Amino acid sequence: MTTRTIAGRTVRVDDEGFFEDPGQWDEELAAELAREAGITELTDRHWQVIRYMRKEYAEKGTGPTVRALGKSSGVSVKELYELFPKGPAKLAAKIAGIPKPRGCV
Amino acid sequence: MTAEPIQKVSVIISKGSLEGVMPGLIMANGARAEGIEANVFFTFFGLDAITKRRWDRIKVAAVGNPGLHLPTWVGTIPGVSALLTRAMQRRMEKLDIPPVPEFVEMIADTGAGLWACQATVDMFGLTKDDFVEQVQGIITVGEFYELAAGGQIIFT
Repeated sequence: MTTRTIAGRTVRVDDEGFFEDPGQWDEELAAELAREAGITELTDRHWQVIRYMRKEYAEKGTGPTVRALGKSSGVSVKELYELFPKGPAKLAAKIAGIPKPRGCV
Repeated sequence: MTAEPIQKVSVIISKGSLEGVMPGLIMANGARAEGIEANVFFTFFGLDAITKRRWDRIKVAAVGNPGLHLPTWVGTIPGVSALLTRAMQRRMEKLDIPPVPEFVEMIADTGAGLWACQATVDMFGLTKDDFVEQVQGIITVGEFYELAAGGQIIFT
């Protein structure tokens, strides 16, 4: 575990930059995290996924799979990959400030 | 030293049993989930996974499958293969692994390419119409290698 500074704030992250403590995250940081991941602007559709991921993590202690996202977030698998081309579950988890999901699907 | 990340994979699925089809689908889907470009090439009995009249009937091989740890004669009893298949599907569902048709649709939606093997299609007397709409085309081995250029090839 390491720490890093984003938008002037120090947060705890793992080796790949996933947040260790979702409580250290806020929406301002999300925009910066998204820019780092190559997403210049977070649209309402991005936010729908990000908020759903945080809700799922808060309830279940782990981020949802892409399949679960496609079924329950209101955004289809196809659109998820358009919004987060580098892998929706992981990229969205990073931007949403939750730990990396570890599922195989 | 950090190794160069994998940018692209081409997965070959050559078997038609549930345990023959699923690993390749999981590898392809998992690649896309990591942002890795993926193509899936279905050959021989692996074609069943993208054949309209068969993709929802993929079964566990109940005979000649030592991994089941059952006497071979048990596997020959009618209905055993279906029973084992249902049991395995229930376990997969718990892990959020979809059934074959949903998985194939989902992998297509991730942007992966799905391809049928020309030689097998000719051998089995199939046409494009026999395949589900997610299949992008019927291609030769040479065309597969062109698609796979610059990436890793995984044979299952």
